[in-house]
Amino acid sequence: MIEAQPQNQRAQRAGSWWPRLNRGALTWGRLTLTLHAFLMYLFLYGPILVLVVFSFTRDEFGVRWTGFTLEWYVRMFANDRLMGAAGNTLYVAFVSTVVSTILGTLLALAMERHRFRGRTGVDAVIYLPVVIPEIAMAVSLLAFSSLALEFIRVVTGEVVRRSLVTVIIGHIAFSISFVTIVVRASLKHFDRRLEEAARDLGANSWQTFWRITFPMILPGILGGALLAFTLSLDNFIISLFLSGPGTSLLPVEVYNKVRRAVTPEINAISTLMLAFSITLVVLSQLVQRRR
Amino acid sequence: MHKGYAIELANVVKRFGEVAAVDHVTLQIHDGEFFSLLGPSGCGKTTTLRMIAGFEYPSGGELMIHGRPMATVPPHHRPVNTVFQSYALFPHMTVAQNVAFGLKMKRVPRAELGARVQAALDMVRLAGFAERYPRQMSGGQQQRVALARALVNQPEVLLLDEPLGALDQKLRKEMQLELKSLQHRVGITFIFVTHDQEEALTMSDRIAVMNQGKVLQVGTPTEIYERPTCKFVADFIGETNFIEGKVVEQSDEYATIQTPDGLQLRGYTPRPVNLGEAATLSLRPEKARLVLPSHARPDDAFTMPVHVEMITYIGSDTRITVRLNEGRTLDVWEQNTLSTLDRNAYWQPGEAAVLVCPPANALVLTE
Amino acid sequence: MALSSFEREQQRREQRRLMALLAPGMFWLLVFFLLPLLVILVYSFLTNGPRGNLVWQPTLQNYVDLFTQASYVNAYVRSLWISVLTTLFALLLGYPLALFIVKQPPRARLVLLILVLIPFWTNFLVRIYAWQIILANNGLINTTLGTLGLPTLFLLNTEGATLLGLVYGELPFMVLPIYAALDRFDFTLMEAGADLGASKWRAFWHIMLPMTMPGVAAGAVLVFIPTVGQFVVSELLGGAKVDYIGNLIQRLFLRSNPPNWPLGSAMSTVMMVVLLGFILLYFRSTTEEDR
Repeated sequence: MIEAQPQNQRAQRAGSWWPRLNRGALTWGRLTLTLHAFLMYLFLYGPILVLVVFSFTRDEFGVRWTGFTLEWYVRMFANDRLMGAAGNTLYVAFVSTVVSTILGTLLALAMERHRFRGRTGVDAVIYLPVVIPEIAMAVSLLAFSSLALEFIRVVTGEVVRRSLVTVIIGHIAFSISFVTIVVRASLKHFDRRLEEAARDLGANSWQTFWRITFPMILPGILGGALLAFTLSLDNFIISLFLSGPGTSLLPVEVYNKVRRAVTPEINAISTLMLAFSITLVVLSQLVQRRR
Repeated sequence: MHKGYAIELANVVKRFGEVAAVDHVTLQIHDGEFFSLLGPSGCGKTTTLRMIAGFEYPSGGELMIHGRPMATVPPHHRPVNTVFQSYALFPHMTVAQNVAFGLKMKRVPRAELGARVQAALDMVRLAGFAERYPRQMSGGQQQRVALARALVNQPEVLLLDEPLGALDQKLRKEMQLELKSLQHRVGITFIFVTHDQEEALTMSDRIAVMNQGKVLQVGTPTEIYERPTCKFVADFIGETNFIEGKVVEQSDEYATIQTPDGLQLRGYTPRPVNLGEAATLSLRPEKARLVLPSHARPDDAFTMPVHVEMITYIGSDTRITVRLNEGRTLDVWEQNTLSTLDRNAYWQPGEAAVLVCPPANALVLTE
Repeated sequence: MALSSFEREQQRREQRRLMALLAPGMFWLLVFFLLPLLVILVYSFLTNGPRGNLVWQPTLQNYVDLFTQASYVNAYVRSLWISVLTTLFALLLGYPLALFIVKQPPRARLVLLILVLIPFWTNFLVRIYAWQIILANNGLINTTLGTLGLPTLFLLNTEGATLLGLVYGELPFMVLPIYAALDRFDFTLMEAGADLGASKWRAFWHIMLPMTMPGVAAGAVLVFIPTVGQFVVSELLGGAKVDYIGNLIQRLFLRSNPPNWPLGSAMSTVMMVVLLGFILLYFRSTTEEDR
């Protein structure tokens, strides 16, 4: 009730300008704005739509509509290499999401709940992976991994190659920051008196965390986890630099194919990847709105 | 250790870094008492309450609840419960779940739990609201849920941290009465933190006035208002005029001060004063009277020749600002006991008058 | 400053709790993010061997090459320039779109916002690839032109296509922060402006734009930084005809034969330093505004 109030006010406020323009028929300004918005959504979704449509064309170059077929999807599913890459991608995404969600949530709790010396430094370290170009992170991880693998060879005598493990380590390194940022946002609005109230009513700190704090920041944690999952699924640059021989990931496969030519098979994979991501976002929005 | 004390604080100190938020506070709160901690924001009243609740641990001193030392016991092991300023209801739980939380933590059996939650909700007249969520309720209703959630645990002491602060004026008055009658019914000691002096006077059996981490005076509302022992209390509770001077005569419980321009004013001394000491006369605006110069009868009372400067008619009272010959102004309130439109019945600006006040109505304070 | 022993014990417990929260995540970021950056920094001062092997001989030659060889300098200038253009176009297209969304009734607003959000969650590579289908010589546009009897155009593998792809890819990052700023903006101020005789345009220029500047700045940073380091768009849509920093770095690390990691490291380091400069500038300006 109290929470709902500012929202209503804001709606009224934003609305106070809108209906007036509405009543004065269509002003040029408003018409332009609407037209522009329409074109922008066309701009954003047109290419995606084209991609989806051309994943069903018979044309073997995948750029012309010559009739409907599901052949490319059939071929894609029959392609062991692609399916293997898809499996790898899901595996990497799952593991890196679990680890980065736990580490990121802990970091978020530390940053929002504690004041300590060096806090701004820690803050900078957390934000840095988000703001530097991904390629900088990718090459540094590549250089570091070659050093580390060399080190392992010298110490243990065993030859270790880059593999899904190195990819997972890299994905976690950049996902932690995103999870931390999302969870911190949900902790910002958290009223710490709720925890005091729980202590006051006889809950120890463990019970307080699991019964009060955790359920209340759960949407934030889920949001962070979902973001980490999608980022990992879609990640291409770090995967490209860190994956080893024989451990291919789906975006890297797509990249290697795309560099050669457009094929309807890529259209089909791309369509499925898009559909998967969009389903995830819409699901997450639904889950968050319900709360 | 006196058995009858619900809470005892002995020389309790709480420092945050270099700052002493609570500075050697000693208090005894009787069993069943409605006790208020009153003071401006930052005076240490909330920190004191938080130490009793266990959210802060004292830097020094001893804290007892019914004779048991509690200074270092964590909050979930203390026999007290708190009603928070903005209620701190768990938003992801229904009203019933909120109220049941404390009992669940104590592993009260299911059957008993349901009955006690129901009884608590009945007590605060929210019987039909058990399945609602806090956000679906008004501020006053949330307030009552918070009360039920605390009282259902049958605490030895209930702590209330400015619980009425978020309510509007009318609801506030209602809740004041409701809280008071609730306390009578349950018979639990209430410790009530507020910065609103009127609220404290209305509700409390006794009040501790705090400022800058120290307790300045503890007493009943009447004592606090009529016999403040220092300038801060006289100023903070109600309104008053201060006149500075020096003690020139002192006898029994009375003393006379002389102002720099020679006026001699006599008043009651709540604390002993010494001759020659600098002192302040505190004169509450409703305790003095204005009379026409011709009517002045300087029997027992002291008098001051004044000029009426400003009149503010507020219905029940007329508030008059008068100017003394040497320039300072004082406030005098007159109750409008006559009902009339006759202008002559009221003071007019510019009129000469004499302010009359019996010494028992004024106080001579040295701190 | 005497603390009671109990208080000190409490502080120690608090410290332990903080360390438990902080340590795992920070460990990961220090070892797998900061340390690798340090490795790159060290590499940038090493010599490249004849077979692309590292020679541990300190040199400044990589930096000298970087700042003196025209092809490298050009790559930096080109990257910064296209990033400026991308940011500018994204702003010009994104601001009106954000404004349009903010002025819709709450329900429509939510849907429109999610529609902007979805591309952010979907695979960047795939979305860029979709433009290949549209722009290719035998692609959608040219096929259409051909059936209409019009001359075909050379669209793909141009710098224009690179710019288009970048604006397309980064647009959501511009819209979201501007939307957030406009959402907080009190539109009655525009009425107040109109009341005082300001035209709509002037009210926009003097009231709305300055007050939503933090959102614009955040959007600009979010668009500018990844664009500087990109290499996928210029490769897929620009045909890798000209080099941007990202292409050079990628080539030096992965493609060249022999690879030249020290030079690549130097390029990456310089790019990061330049961008961190921008970021610091951004933070300085925003914190000053808050004050």
